[in-house]
Amino acid sequence: MRQRSIIAITAALAAGSLTLTACGSRDDDGGSSNGDKTTVVIGVDAPLTGDLSALGLGIKNSADLAAKTANKKEYVKGVEFKIEPLDDQAQPSVGQQNAQKFISDKNVLGVVGPLNSSVSQQMQKPFNDAGLTQVSPANTGTELTQGDGWKTGDSVRQFKTFFRTATTDEIQGAFAADYLYNQAKLKKVYLIDDQKTYGAGLAASFKANFTKFGGQIVGTDHVNPDDRDFNAVVAKIKKTGAQALYYGGEYPAAGPLSQQLKDSGQNIPLMGGDGIYSGEFPKLNKKAEGDLATSVGKPVEQLDSAKTFIKDYEAAGYEDAYEAYGGLTYDATWAIIEAVKLAVEGNDGKVPSDGRKAVLDAMAKVKFDGVTGTISFDEFGDTTNHTMTAYKVKSDAWAPEFSGEPKLG
Amino acid sequence: MNELPQQLANGLILGAMYGLIAIGYTMVYGIVQLINFAHGEIFMVGGFGALTVWLVLPEGFGLGAAVPLMIIGGVLVSVAVGTAAERFAYRPLRTAPRLAPLITAIGLSIVLQQAVWMWYPDAKKDHPFPQFHGGPIEILGANIQRGDLFVLIAAPLCMLALGFFVTKTRSGRGMQATAQDPDTAKLMGINTDRIIVMAFAIGAAFAAVAAVAYGLKNGQVGFRMGFLMGLKAFTAAVLGGIGNIYGAMLGGIVLGVAESLATGYIGDIPGMDLFGGGAWKDVWAFALLILVLLFRPQGLLGERVADRA
Repeated sequence: MRQRSIIAITAALAAGSLTLTACGSRDDDGGSSNGDKTTVVIGVDAPLTGDLSALGLGIKNSADLAAKTANKKEYVKGVEFKIEPLDDQAQPSVGQQNAQKFISDKNVLGVVGPLNSSVSQQMQKPFNDAGLTQVSPANTGTELTQGDGWKTGDSVRQFKTFFRTATTDEIQGAFAADYLYNQAKLKKVYLIDDQKTYGAGLAASFKANFTKFGGQIVGTDHVNPDDRDFNAVVAKIKKTGAQALYYGGEYPAAGPLSQQLKDSGQNIPLMGGDGIYSGEFPKLNKKAEGDLATSVGKPVEQLDSAKTFIKDYEAAGYEDAYEAYGGLTYDATWAIIEAVKLAVEGNDGKVPSDGRKAVLDAMAKVKFDGVTGTISFDEFGDTTNHTMTAYKVKSDAWAPEFSGEPKLG
Repeated sequence: MNELPQQLANGLILGAMYGLIAIGYTMVYGIVQLINFAHGEIFMVGGFGALTVWLVLPEGFGLGAAVPLMIIGGVLVSVAVGTAAERFAYRPLRTAPRLAPLITAIGLSIVLQQAVWMWYPDAKKDHPFPQFHGGPIEILGANIQRGDLFVLIAAPLCMLALGFFVTKTRSGRGMQATAQDPDTAKLMGINTDRIIVMAFAIGAAFAAVAAVAYGLKNGQVGFRMGFLMGLKAFTAAVLGGIGNIYGAMLGGIVLGVAESLATGYIGDIPGMDLFGGGAWKDVWAFALLILVLLFRPQGLLGERVADRA
């Protein structure tokens, strides 16, 4: 009996350890003024550790660059911007704790982040209750701004404090469907998602638009984002005669999925969204050649507006690349900086006592030429910039194929 | 094309890997009744050990020639970490209540993960692992990747060697004796401390072989890979009958094949299409575990004391 009970205790402990979350508190800085300048803190929430840290660190650094640039230019007179990065480990529960930390720090007037839509879902309501502006550079889950009714054309704004510089999965999935059907001329697609908010939403909008064009979804499946062995799923795809695999999810799983797909003798491309548009994807997947991804905006490297960003990023000497969301993060951070500027200008050059409300009010008026194009927000808090780009892996790197706005079926 | 041979082969390859890791759980449990929860991380560091060997080898070194060296590197790292864990984390607690070493094991597993994350260059993201070139080989209607052949060859060899060691050598018999009754074994002049270290070392070495298989199969290793694989291997050990080395391998294979078939076929059963996909395979694997434990609480291969090692 003793042995049996030790197994039971072990199982319980294992379950317990899964729910353990990192706790840690950070002391507030206390004073908010330094000399004649008021410090405005912009919170940054992103996965700085774990599988997605490559993207998260790019977000942190790009936000940091925006704040430093604003300080150097003295873009808002009398205001010194400071970045406060917190690690959400791509976990919704940790994201929620981080949201509370930002809310309780009165110097935080806006938050940039997070990366994952599933994390954002836990942060939106606390921010909304606190009236704290949040601008995500990467959340593409359509329901985050428009509610679950978007699929039936019944969009309702969900949270007055939530904005994003990334376009929605509705646009992104539709763009992928448009590209595969009309540009690549592929009519039979197998559909897989990882069941997260991001992956499932992307797959849904892909399916909707692809079938509207007349394309055929020859099979669907779901996988766990932590899995690395997809051979059983790949064997299922083989009998369907699919011409491409569309995957709603992120690169850590998409890499082995694509490779195992090709290993099984099926030479068809895997296509995904911005979650696989990372330099890591072709590195982790030796058979990535020909795989496709969509990402928001035009390639940063092609835009004049981005040249300064890339130059400054290199000059700042960050250890990690700016990755897929660098430009969008810079723009998200800059949107908050613009809003602070509007708030300060509307208050005789001082940060208003109710800074959060003033910043939130100013967000609707924000409009500027950012790294990724003209940045402004529509009635849902979504970006008005709907340009997307399809990329293809060529010689182990992503190369832009086609840019445009999605055509709907 | 009939996909059944393919699904069975996929399950067998995955299961052989689970089985190799499960040996470590089962041997340590058989001798000191400790569930070494850090074993998944010992598997993980083995993968990084093998990767390091590959990275330091000169350019142009063939993978076929490198694999034996990578196994040696992985085994060295895993065994070093495994035996150090035994010496410094578990031995001081050997007479403590059972819960204490268990908690230490969980702590150790987090420490190992974080240590790799912090100090191994570039380990914050998944690391690409070298892979064999060339297409798959067809065996009995199933395509087997060249990298997967490794585990299919290594697993039976390891089991043969282990079976020989446990039944035919002095140390192996000493191990069986210690598993049956450590106090009497000690009175008979068996150095039980040495036997326990040996159990940890063998388990760690097998885990390292599994880690090389994992790397060759998936083309990547990462600091978090030990958690899920460790949990699956632990399940395999319980499924096969914890304490029994052949049970561990059998449990691993049953688990792997069950996962593979569940992914492939449950969705085809009318009315079950919602529960069929790859996302449900863990659910079916654990359902199988519960079923086995309900009707055969000692696991598939029971717990015949003489077989425990």
